[in-house]
Amino acid sequence: MRRTARDPRIPVPLLVPATVGVAFLVLPLVGLLVRAPWSSLGEQLSAPGVGEALRLSLVSATVATLLSLVLGVPLAWVLARSRIRGRSVLRALVTVPLVLPPVVGGVALFLVFGRQGIVGSWLDDAFGITIPFTTTAVVLSQTFVAMPFLVVSVEGALRAADARFEDVAATLGADRWTTFRRVTLPLVAPGVAAGAVLCWARALGEFGATITFAGNFPGTTQTMPLAVYLALQREPEAAIVLSLVLLAVSLGTLLLLRDRWLGRAAG
Amino acid sequence: MSLSARVGVRRGSLALDVPVEVADGEVLAVLGPNGAGKSTLLRVLAGLLAPDDGRVAVDGSVWDDVRTGTHLPAHRRPLGVVFQDALLFPHLSVAENVAFGLRARGVGKAERRAAATTWLERVGLAGLGDRRPGQLSGGQAQRVALARALVGDPAVLLLDEPLSALDARTRLVVRAELRRHLAGFGGSTVLVTHDPVDAMALADRVVVVEEGRVVQTGPPDEVSRRPRTDYVARLVGLSLLAGTAEGTTVRLDAGGAVAVAEEATGPVFAAVRPESVALYLARPEGSPRNVWPARLVGATPHGATVRCELDGEVPLVADVTGTAFTELGLVPGAEVWATVKASEVAVYAR
Amino acid sequence: MSPRPGGPRAVRLLTLAGLVALAGLVGCTGEGRDAPPGVAEEEPGEWAGDPGLTGTLTVFAAASLTDVFTELETRLEVANPQLEVRINYAGSSALAAQLAQGAPADVFASADEAQMARLEDDGLVTDSDVFARNPLMLAVPLDNPEGIMPPEGRAGIPSLADLITAEMTVAVCAPEVPCGAAAAEVLAAAGLRDAPDTYDDDVRSVLTKVQLGEVDAGLVYVSDVHAAGDEILAYAFEESSRAVNSYPIGVLEDAPNPAAARAFVDLVLSEAGQQALAAAGFQPPP
Repeated sequence: MRRTARDPRIPVPLLVPATVGVAFLVLPLVGLLVRAPWSSLGEQLSAPGVGEALRLSLVSATVATLLSLVLGVPLAWVLARSRIRGRSVLRALVTVPLVLPPVVGGVALFLVFGRQGIVGSWLDDAFGITIPFTTTAVVLSQTFVAMPFLVVSVEGALRAADARFEDVAATLGADRWTTFRRVTLPLVAPGVAAGAVLCWARALGEFGATITFAGNFPGTTQTMPLAVYLALQREPEAAIVLSLVLLAVSLGTLLLLRDRWLGRAAG
Repeated sequence: MSLSARVGVRRGSLALDVPVEVADGEVLAVLGPNGAGKSTLLRVLAGLLAPDDGRVAVDGSVWDDVRTGTHLPAHRRPLGVVFQDALLFPHLSVAENVAFGLRARGVGKAERRAAATTWLERVGLAGLGDRRPGQLSGGQAQRVALARALVGDPAVLLLDEPLSALDARTRLVVRAELRRHLAGFGGSTVLVTHDPVDAMALADRVVVVEEGRVVQTGPPDEVSRRPRTDYVARLVGLSLLAGTAEGTTVRLDAGGAVAVAEEATGPVFAAVRPESVALYLARPEGSPRNVWPARLVGATPHGATVRCELDGEVPLVADVTGTAFTELGLVPGAEVWATVKASEVAVYAR
Repeated sequence: MSPRPGGPRAVRLLTLAGLVALAGLVGCTGEGRDAPPGVAEEEPGEWAGDPGLTGTLTVFAAASLTDVFTELETRLEVANPQLEVRINYAGSSALAAQLAQGAPADVFASADEAQMARLEDDGLVTDSDVFARNPLMLAVPLDNPEGIMPPEGRAGIPSLADLITAEMTVAVCAPEVPCGAAAAEVLAAAGLRDAPDTYDDDVRSVLTKVQLGEVDAGLVYVSDVHAAGDEILAYAFEESSRAVNSYPIGVLEDAPNPAAARAFVDLVLSEAGQQALAAAGFQPPP
């Protein structure tokens, strides 16, 4: 019957802090559930703008995650595998958005992609494209803030992966790009998936950089967190409802993806 | 000569400088202790590491030449490598593992599949192509690794301790199979190992490397019968005694003398096999010419025998049967007498 | 009229100012409950004369009051060396929400009457006085990309419709916060409901976007225009009189330090306080 001979009980020095940790993370959520105005839920949910904000949040967070994958996975590879000079400085720079207050991040994005920004002014002059106050700006804000989460976790996975497999691939005639696609990437796939989930969750909750750089306009730049924050100013109950919607949708998505990944890993 | 190389690498405490010459169809074993630079040599030959000095050429084409700055990267070298832990790609099926090299080189799907099937048959794993590497035993995995290395018909095959991760019984079986495959392989093979049995069983020629230098080279039986360093002697289980011969007596450098059957002169090695050493509690009667008092300093069971390490004027290793060991009541520290017949001592020039 | 200095140096300075302002906003959330060491240990024997005010005074004030209240804080502390004044600056709505959740404070100064009314309804504040008014102005970046200026040859204050069009990129506050409620009213009066391109959570955020030149214009308070100095251009407009935010101040019912709270409110309402407010661009109460 027993699958392992190991004692199945959790040691008390681990159990107690773990329980406190769960309580600390879950109780605020319980608080939201208790305070939610269940009787007026339908009314709150059908309020104009809610669906729009939710759709915008999901779309922009997903696009930001895809963009982060396209840029962040190669960046993680460079950090983990290449021997370029100044790699540690590069790594520190990449994680700057993690410590930068997001609002300041939004201002920094103005300085690059704004009308007066280095890249933005050129885009405006050459193509008549302005990025601020558009959905593109939402995606850029979210990518700026969320991509480091992906880079850090993919780099960790790459460092933990056995580099000898890459040697084997090379001796079998695979160049570095082929090796990356056929060997390295599949080997670190779980790390990439975990990084993508973190990245998506962070993008979904992004507030500061978005409201600064993309502004707040229903339909184009008002994501759920912005809607929640502004609702909080006037109707805290509406804010709770919106938060719960965001939570439910994100938890549902993550559980669904997790099942699919686990299903694939087992099959 | 198909593979012709001289490899120099300086890295930390390691200063490797080893010439390697392997003919087509020949198997060269590079034998040496851990840290001798064997694996570094292999990585240079594979193109995974650029040498600091030297040249690697195969069939006339230059793979590495430090003087001209030539370095062919690993993926452009027509070679196959089998690593110690098989290192099968865990995310690919067995057949996909075997076909990996063909796919990387742009061979079509049908051809790849056919080649993988053929090779799996050859290594005795027909029908296991759809398995995952995790579902294979160690011996099976190493067979797949061999098939993967050979499927592209490489000019050079490099084997890095291919049997050392296997248990004793499996090693025996896989070693025999490996021998068969190597016999059928037309290119040059370099086998890196620290196990003399592998070298003896698989190689046509052995190069012994210690601390980055070649200390002995020759056919396996020559190396095993006439080791030139303590390391090789210990590996092949011989006691190596250096001395100067005069007729049938060898005066040892460390003191004492050994009587031998063959006449010789000048600096020589005298080699004594453990099974030719007999132990007694009292000085034996009769007149064996080689009798030395000794002290037992170590004993390790070795199959049906016990290998006894002896210290004294002439340090020796003796194999006695387990029964004899018990009957003599031997314990470490015991004082014994060791005898060897003169005809059992091999003597050869240093 | 509209100068075009706009070199790279000017832009960099503006940027820095914006970053500092934002960083300040982000950082201003902590409020201490504990008196600093030394203050709590009163030893009556040592007082030579009037003990003055002691302990800690906690003020929750609208972000737009930052400059004036910091000056008044210093004044009160100089007069009362044993008093420690702490001011929590944030959006009025956020402050009201914090107070409603039981945040300990002595004084609340709001940027609009609605938030004060919310606390009065909850019985947290019983008496409040309007101490200043703050009409909106149109802030425009120094380089004024759309060339916004009052129509020539017309006397008096222009209409907002004379200054901006719906095509311009315009930033205003979100209707949920006080400056946004006022902005919505003046935009409606000028027939420019569709003009905004972003509804920011905070008036400072609007100001930053103007300072960075990322919007063509923004609606901010007069006091913000004063605070920004010569980093922006600003125009008064006719409709602003329709929605002038009144700033009420009141002592919390559960104020831990009611004496100091009363003294602070009195200082704000005094002539000295009113002068400081006027210097910062605020208008006196009606």
